[in-house]
Amino acid sequence: MALVINEEQNMLKSSAKELLDLKSPISHMRELRDDNYNQFDIDLWKEMVEMGWTALTIPEEYNGLNFGYVGLGQVLEEMGRKLTVSPMISTVLVSTTLISFSKNEVLKRKLFDEIMNGKKLCSLAHEESSHHNPNVNLSIISKNDEKFILNGKKRFVIDGSISDYLIVSANNESSGKLELIILDSKSKGITFNNKVHMDSKNYSDISFNNVEFSNNDFLSSNDDGQKLLSKTLDISCVGLAAEMLGNIQQAFEMTMQYLKEREQFGVKIGSFQSLQHRSAIMFGEIELCKSIVLKALQAIDSDDQNLPELASLAKSKLGLTSKLVTNEAVQMHGGIGMTDDSDIGFFLKRTRVTQRTFGDSNYHLDRVAKINNY
Amino acid sequence: METQVKVDLTSFRLETRKWLEENCPKSMQEPVTDANQLYWGGSNGKFSSKDQEIWFNKMLDKKWIVPYWESKYGGGGLNPKQNNILNQEMSRLGCRKPHINFGISMLGPALLKFASEEQKIYYLNQICKGEIRWVQGYSEPNAGSDLANLQTKAEDKGDHFLVTGSKVWTSYGDKGDFIFCLVRTSTESKHTGISFLLIDMNSEGVSTRPIKLISGKSPFAETFFDSVKVPKKNLVGTLNDGWTIAKYLLTHERQMIGGIGDTDKKKTLSEVAIDSIGVTDKLLSNSSIRSKIANLEMNEKIFELTIQRALDEHKAGNNSGAVSSFFKYYGTELAMQKEELRLEVNGFNSTEWTSEESNNGREARYFNRSKGHSIEGGTHEVQLNIIAKRVLGLPSK
Ligand SMILES: Cc1cc2nc3c(=O)[nH]c(=O)nc-3n(C[C@H](O)[C@H](O)[C@H](O)COP(=O)(O)OP(=O)(O)OC[C@H]3O[C@@H](n4cnc5c(N)ncnc54)[C@H](O)[C@@H]3O)c2cc1C
Repeated sequence: MALVINEEQNMLKSSAKELLDLKSPISHMRELRDDNYNQFDIDLWKEMVEMGWTALTIPEEYNGLNFGYVGLGQVLEEMGRKLTVSPMISTVLVSTTLISFSKNEVLKRKLFDEIMNGKKLCSLAHEESSHHNPNVNLSIISKNDEKFILNGKKRFVIDGSISDYLIVSANNESSGKLELIILDSKSKGITFNNKVHMDSKNYSDISFNNVEFSNNDFLSSNDDGQKLLSKTLDISCVGLAAEMLGNIQQAFEMTMQYLKEREQFGVKIGSFQSLQHRSAIMFGEIELCKSIVLKALQAIDSDDQNLPELASLAKSKLGLTSKLVTNEAVQMHGGIGMTDDSDIGFFLKRTRVTQRTFGDSNYHLDRVAKINNY
Repeated sequence: METQVKVDLTSFRLETRKWLEENCPKSMQEPVTDANQLYWGGSNGKFSSKDQEIWFNKMLDKKWIVPYWESKYGGGGLNPKQNNILNQEMSRLGCRKPHINFGISMLGPALLKFASEEQKIYYLNQICKGEIRWVQGYSEPNAGSDLANLQTKAEDKGDHFLVTGSKVWTSYGDKGDFIFCLVRTSTESKHTGISFLLIDMNSEGVSTRPIKLISGKSPFAETFFDSVKVPKKNLVGTLNDGWTIAKYLLTHERQMIGGIGDTDKKKTLSEVAIDSIGVTDKLLSNSSIRSKIANLEMNEKIFELTIQRALDEHKAGNNSGAVSSFFKYYGTELAMQKEELRLEVNGFNSTEWTSEESNNGREARYFNRSKGHSIEGGTHEVQLNIIAKRVLGLPSK
C-alpha cells in the first residue's frame, strides 16, 4: 500500500481542521482549564458526533461508517494540533476498538449504538502501577452463586471522572485467565480518586470493592481477554501517536514562526546557526514520525501481522521526538516560553503525559528488541 | 488497458526472473564484502574474478548496465515500472550491480538534463558500455563547503579552453579516464562565472597525487591541471552557468551517499551482538548496548519508511517536503552511528588493524572510512544550513 493518505482521508482531515479551527482553538483548551479543569464540553462533543467521528471505526453492520483507522488518525492528529479536550481517545480510540473485538453481540450492538450517538462515554481501566505493564494484573473476578464479584485497584484511567462505563481487566479466579468486563461507573463498590495531571486532564485511580456484575457484562469470552487487550493497546498506541504527531507539528510550526519574528542583536533569532541546525534536525525527526504513524495506521486497517512491532516503533519514536521538539520549542521561545500566557508550554505538558500513556519509549523499545529476539 | 499492462508486467517479471537465474553466476549473488568486488570499468578496469567478467558481459549484452536510460543512449529503455521490477528481482536473488561508475549515478543525470543531444549520444553510450571511468572534480584546497569559491581557471583560446589549477579529494582520481570539472570562466561574479567542463585525464598537463586516508586506504587524489588544452565541445550547458548543473548533480550525489547502508547484510547488528556478547534469559546480556541497538534499529526502519513515503508522495504528485539534503544527512548519520555501535558490539576485535582474523582490519577500516560520510558531498553542517534556509525558510539576518 502506498504510504500516502487517499482523497477521502484527506477530506476528512480538512473537515476536522475546519471544525476544530472554529470550535476548538487552543484558547478553548485554556478556557476549560481555567474553568476548574473542566473535562468535557458537551456542545463540542455533539458536533463531533454530528461529524461522524464516533462512528469512524465502527463496522457498517452496526450502522457505523467503517472509515478505518487511517481516517481516525487524521482526526486525532488535527486534535493534537489544537490540544482539543474531548473523550475521543478514551471512548472512541480505546473503548470502541476493544468492543469491536468482542464476541458478545448483544452488548456490542447496544454499546456501539450508545457511543455512536454520543449518549454514553466509556473508558478502559487496565493500569495497576506507576508504569504501563499489561502483564501484571492483581484485580480478581470471583464467583458467588450466579453473581460475579470484582475486587481490585486501577490507576490512571483516562476520562474516568466523566465516563458512564468502565471496561475493566481482571483475572478470573477460577480459570486464572484475564477477562474484560464492562461496568456502569455508578455501580456500588466503585470509588474514584480523580487526579488532574500536568496536561490539565483528569485521570482516575479507581478501587473496586466487591462490585457485583452479571454474566452478560463480559466482553471477553473463551479466554480471549489477553488477546483483546493487547490488540486494543497496540491500536491505542498508534492512535495516541497520531495525536502526538499533531502536537509536535503544531509546536514546531509555532516555534519556526517565532524564530522568524523575534529579534535580538539587531537580527532575527532564526538567523542564528545554532538554532537553524537544531531546527533542521527537528524537521527531519518529524518527517520520520509522519512515516511511522501512517504506516502503523495502515497496518491496523490491513490487519498486518507486524502491527505489534509497528505500534511499538510508533509509540517509542513519537515519545522520543515529542520530548525533543517540545523541549526545544520552550527553549527557543526564551523567557516567554516559561510563561503560562504562552501556549507553547501546553505542548510540553500534554506530551509529557502521553509519552507515558500505554507505555513510554523505554517500554516500547524493550518490546521492539524482544519482538526481534534480542 | 489496465489489465493488459498488468499482464505485460507480470510476464516481464517472469522473464526477468528466469533470465537472471540462468545468467547471474552464483558467486555474483553473494553479498559484497569488499570494495574490490565491485567493477568500476574504464580503460584500467580489471575484473577481480572470471564470474565478475561473465556477469558484466551478460548484462552488457542485455543493455542492462543502465537499464532505465533510452536505447538511443545505450540504455535498456525500461520504463520506471519495469526498472522497478528488475531491481526487485535482482535483490530477490541478491545479484550484485554489474558495474559501478560516477558516470551512472552522478554525471549521467546531469548530462540528460543539460547536455546537447550530440554530447548525450556520445557520452551516455560510452557510460553504458563501462568504457570510461568518471571522477568528480569539484573541491579545491580553498573551495570545500564554499564550493563556489573555486579558482581553477579555464581561459578561452578560440577553439579550446586552457585549464590551470588544482582539485583535491578527487575520489579515485588516479584511476579516472575523464573528470567532470567545475572551472572558473569569469571572475566577475562568484556563482555565475563557473562552467561545467569534461576533461580527458590523459591530456597533457594533467597529473594526480594519491592522498592516504585515516582508514589506511588511498582512494583519493589531488589532481593538477598545468595548461591543459580542452576542446570547446567538452563544455556542458551554457558558459558561466555551470553552477546550476553543479547543484543539480549534487542532489544526485547526496541521494547516492544517503543510500549508503549496511555493507554486511548477512547479519543484523543484534545478531552480531548476540554472537559476541551472548544472551541471559533470552535478552542480550548487556542492557545498555541492547537499548542502543533497539534505538538504532527503530530509526533505520523508520528511515526506510520515510524513503518509501517520499517516493509514494512523489508518485501521487505531492511534495513530501523531505529534500535530498535531509536524506543525505539522516542516511549518513545512521550509517555512522551504526559503525560506531559496531565497535562497541565487537569489543577488542573491532580495533584490530592488520591481523588475518580481522580480514586486515576490515571492521576498523570501515569505521574510519565512515567518518567521511558526514563530509563528502557537502558536510552535515552544510546540509542542515540548506534545510534551515530552503525548507524552513529561516532568515539569513
Ligand atoms: C570521503 C570523501 C570523498 C570525497 N570525494 C570528492 C570527490 O570525488 N570530488 C570532489 O570534488 N570532492 C570530494 N570530496 C570533498 C568534499 O566535498 C569536501 O571535503 C567537503 O565539501 C568539505 O569541504 P572541506 O573539506 O574543504 O571542509 P571545510 O569546508 O573547510 O569545512 C570544515 C568544517 O567547517 C564547517 N563549515 C564550513 N562552512 C560552514 C558553514 N557555512 N556553516 C557551518 N559550518 C561550516 C564544515 O561543516 C566542516 O565541519 C570528498 C570528501 C571526502 C571526505
